[in-house]
Amino acid sequence: MSFQITLTLNGTAREIALDDTRVTLLDLLRERLEMPGTKKGCDRGQCGACTVLVDGRRINSCLTLAATLDGAEVTTIEGLARGDALHPVQQAFIDNDGLQCGYCTPGQIMSAVGLIAEGTAGDDPERIREGMSGNICRCAAYHGITLAVRQAARQMDNDPKGDAA
Amino acid sequence: MKPFDFVQPRSARDAVAQWGPDAAYLGGGTNLVDLMKTGALQPARVIDVTRLPGLDRIEVAADGAVRIGALVRNADLARDADFAVRAPMVAEALLAGASGQLRNAATLGGNLMQHTRCPYFMEPDAACNRRAPGTGCDAIGGAWDNAAILGHAPSCIATNPSDLCVPLAALDAVVEVEGPDGARDIALEELHRLPGDAPERETTLAPGELIVALRLPAEAAAFAGHARYLKVRERTSYAFALVSAAAAMRLEGGRIAEARLALGAVAAKPWRARTAEKMLAGQPPGPDLFARAAEAALAGAAPAEGNGWKIDLARRTAARALAAAAAGTPERMPALPASPFSLSEDLSHA
Repeated sequence: MSFQITLTLNGTAREIALDDTRVTLLDLLRERLEMPGTKKGCDRGQCGACTVLVDGRRINSCLTLAATLDGAEVTTIEGLARGDALHPVQQAFIDNDGLQCGYCTPGQIMSAVGLIAEGTAGDDPERIREGMSGNICRCAAYHGITLAVRQAARQMDNDPKGDAA
Repeated sequence: MKPFDFVQPRSARDAVAQWGPDAAYLGGGTNLVDLMKTGALQPARVIDVTRLPGLDRIEVAADGAVRIGALVRNADLARDADFAVRAPMVAEALLAGASGQLRNAATLGGNLMQHTRCPYFMEPDAACNRRAPGTGCDAIGGAWDNAAILGHAPSCIATNPSDLCVPLAALDAVVEVEGPDGARDIALEELHRLPGDAPERETTLAPGELIVALRLPAEAAAFAGHARYLKVRERTSYAFALVSAAAAMRLEGGRIAEARLALGAVAAKPWRARTAEKMLAGQPPGPDLFARAAEAALAGAAPAEGNGWKIDLARRTAARALAAAAAGTPERMPALPASPFSLSEDLSHA
């Protein structure tokens, strides 16, 4: 079954022709649009490595059929920085050593951007950990991740424009 | 994944018209797409109902009754202030389920229709009467000990994994469906079936029927001041329940005027404990009463497969949920929704 969808991908409108209804957003990004920043971990919605924003909300791209997304706005890790200026969440992960091997990091960062936009984590480490529980880190960098999300949330709270996605 | 046709109807009537025996309705996809990947489900046609108009609203009527469209996302329902103030234990149950990403995608209708997480249901090579009638049940004698303790049968020992359905059953929620023979209402408590000798019939929906909305009666809000959902799991967050309980009460003059209690992850449906509710009515709240009520709630329980521990755990969870409800609904959602740890002092340690 062939069909076409329109996406706004990291701010750019894209017309995408698909020949298979089974393609997930994750596989569309990685295998067909040459955007491998979004990672495939479990491919079953359990690890969070594939997290992206759809219409500003964090979701698991591995469980999202591309066919359902006609007209959607998708933001991936490739769409966060402004030129050489990192997004506050990206910078906070570096500042707080919020990673080791780095494989889960794009998903962690996109999830953190989504969580901060949801506005429910606040400054409380317990709420941040709960809000980030959909992202597994095999290296167990959780302490640094929690500190990074708190730093970014504080910074973006003070500078809500801040070019945040 | 098996190839499938994909359609996006623009009305509920059109969606129902496109349904056929090999079709599946798609909401947020968090359960269906996963099961299509494992091969447990192999629909030939996927009907994406997320574009149906008007089903993404939360409406509060003048009398206080609430109507929630089937396409409202779990996260949006949990965070709707008007809704949460009327049904705080429903919001707590929603926030205790899955992860932030999944709650953003998952729909109300999809949550109600989600399948068991019995690993033998999810594995297409395993024998499973629920997925493939007549093949047997590999869970019996298998390695899964989170099976049912109430209402199970030799055909199937699966549990319903929904957190949301537990407080909904306690609050007498009603499901609105549209189908080939028109529209009808079903009590949430009657939506899911016990396995009996036909575990493949997971719900009482007729073929092709589609959930379009859910209603909470106005009376539900009377429990808002004393209502908790408590969920016990293998880790603090992002895990299915081993056992859960939704407990709510109306207190008048130091006594329980009316109580509601339902248990989760103990049966193939959310388990309303009406005998326990009757024991609680008219009594002053207290630990001995709650222990007796919990005992009554589990009176018919039997281990399905080396899981006798769930019976004790369910008793304690029910009693503790009742105590938490009696203590009053917290002003603010706990940092760890529905966690037993959220009932203690602040646990922050970062």
